Amino acid sequence: MAIDTRPAPAPAAPPPAPLAGGPNPPGRISDRVLFVLAIVGGGLVLVILALIAVSMISKGWPAVRSQGLDYFTSDVWDPAHGVFGTLAFTFGTVVISAIALLFAVPLSVGIALFITEVAPRSLRRHIIYVVDLLAAVPSVVYGLWGIAVLAPALPGFYTYVHDIVAPIPVLGTVLDGDPIVGKSFMTAALILALMVTPIITSITRETFATVPQSQKDAAYALGATRWEMIRAAVFPHSRSGMVSAVLLGLGRAIGETIAVALVIGSNAQITAKMFSGGDALPSVIANEFGEATGTQRSALIGMGVMIFFITLTIGIIARTVLNRSARRAEGSL
Amino acid sequence: MTRIVSRSRLLVAGLAVSGLIVAGCGGSSSNKSSSSDSSTSKAPQLAAATLAGSGSTFQQPFNELAIQEFQKGQPKVTVTYGGGGSGKGQTDLKGNLVQWAGSDTPIKPADAAGYKPVFYFPTVAAPITVSYNLSGVGKLQLSADTLSKIFQRQIVKWDDPAIKAENSGVSLPSTAITVVHRSDSSGTTANFSDFLQKAAPSTWKLGSDKTIDWPAGTQSGNGNPGVAQVIKSTNGAVGYVDFSDAKQAGLSFASIKNSAGSFVAPSLDSASAALASATVNTNLTYDPINAPGADAYPITSPTYVIVYQSQTGAVGNALKGWLDFLLGPGQDLAQQVDFTKLPQSILSKAQAQVQQIKVS
Repeated sequence: MAIDTRPAPAPAAPPPAPLAGGPNPPGRISDRVLFVLAIVGGGLVLVILALIAVSMISKGWPAVRSQGLDYFTSDVWDPAHGVFGTLAFTFGTVVISAIALLFAVPLSVGIALFITEVAPRSLRRHIIYVVDLLAAVPSVVYGLWGIAVLAPALPGFYTYVHDIVAPIPVLGTVLDGDPIVGKSFMTAALILALMVTPIITSITRETFATVPQSQKDAAYALGATRWEMIRAAVFPHSRSGMVSAVLLGLGRAIGETIAVALVIGSNAQITAKMFSGGDALPSVIANEFGEATGTQRSALIGMGVMIFFITLTIGIIARTVLNRSARRAEGSL
Repeated sequence: MTRIVSRSRLLVAGLAVSGLIVAGCGGSSSNKSSSSDSSTSKAPQLAAATLAGSGSTFQQPFNELAIQEFQKGQPKVTVTYGGGGSGKGQTDLKGNLVQWAGSDTPIKPADAAGYKPVFYFPTVAAPITVSYNLSGVGKLQLSADTLSKIFQRQIVKWDDPAIKAENSGVSLPSTAITVVHRSDSSGTTANFSDFLQKAAPSTWKLGSDKTIDWPAGTQSGNGNPGVAQVIKSTNGAVGYVDFSDAKQAGLSFASIKNSAGSFVAPSLDSASAALASATVNTNLTYDPINAPGADAYPITSPTYVIVYQSQTGAVGNALKGWLDFLLGPGQDLAQQVDFTKLPQSILSKAQAQVQQIKVS
């Protein structure tokens, strides 16, 4: 409900402009049909969303009832003894998504800047085409590539990295494994980074392209170098677009299932060592749902509810950030 | 486009003509076909019906082969099998989405409430291997106790005294042990852990289920082929893999100490010995895990087809025909896909149970 009220002011704007373009006056009946159709369509989205939430919560509830608060706060997932704690999977989901963004955001912003500000015009269209193509690759392809190529090759690289950073206090622990393995938190994060990069790149590029040439010229006129121009003109203008790009990428990272399930290693554990095997909410569901009955089945459905709400929250945050910065931008003009 | 269409039309016409010819001289040509074909053609022709099935992926290779052969004799009956896991098979049966479910385990008593009365039909069985990859070691013997300690990470080197004691004469390297388990929920995991729980109750602490809370530092693979792949590519690895996938991947198997005290290698014969010595319950479920008998391989996995006791009309008759086939001519197909057929003692009971299905 909360999502619906926020963007409400926005649709108020279009009506004055005759956007429909074509013949306006004779459309009394067709207008009414369109009105009803739009109401039904818009309402249906909310109804479906609510029905999904209700049915999933009711099917997942038995797990919460049998496990109590431990369902959320325990890291022990032991179907053999009827213990279902999901904290280790929530931890895995959060950690791999965060690391993925850590890699993907600077890379995506760099690519977007290169396309809009640096690359020669003739090259631009080809790069855009390739990046968009990457976004369309099915996730299972990334997963298979990860399991067949990346995971076997990485332990050597991980060991090498670990040996270098071992003496450094925090990095020495984070970049370590118990033992160092190819199917790990880090591998899953790398695959995710690869998957969200095209999404974040596409949206940031679109935003960068809307920066008015006059503002850029003004920055140059004040004697700014290219980097100073980007900092003074491009970034402030595109902040909200960049934030929503990152949040959309995050949404995809959190829900990604197959690619992660194939490379994360399936160990229910909470550890600071990112080169060891872990597990994430969606991959546990994918791995165990087919064979699960009784409480385990409800526990898995409950995890689906958790993902549902995490992505919903991220969506709401994204909207809020967007609206706020849009308002701020209006105020500054 | 048009050229393709006309060509495929020609093909269809050609097939129809050849079909007529085959039908015309069917009497003479059927003599040449194999014995299993001739036995199915003796069975009465069943009316058109569709039998949907889903469930255990363990029995899937056998079911697929059996469906192929069954439909040669009963072209009007369509049988499908959708895999998806034993849990899915049970839920699908509960929701009346399928007429038969494949499952490696009986329905849990706690879940039984939602089902109409069911019959269990054991169909085939197969050993679960303990496969390993250890360069220079071609023969390995393990007891349940040692195996438990390996999978609980209490033994982490191959030259551990406990392993040495069971393998006199074999020179074991000090390679670190890599334990490989399933990343997905599986009946294979359930049967393997069930064996450890039965044969080493004081050592094995992880319990028995389709998903086990494995200790940290273990690795995983998706499905039997996934586990086989990790073992094959890791020196020092050990894991549990079903017989046919382990064979296909060319892995080495350990011999496992059975309840009679002898070390037995996994094979269709040793699995068959385990079936023969297992006690069969009145509902025809049976437990060949850690079965007595000097030649019995102790980690032998059973699998069942579950159907409702009362059926209706053509579907019911087709279902009976399908079960008759699985427990009759179908048994001879088992070996082709690395399953062992049922011993006569279980088979005759299962065949008798088919007749108890009520068709109204």
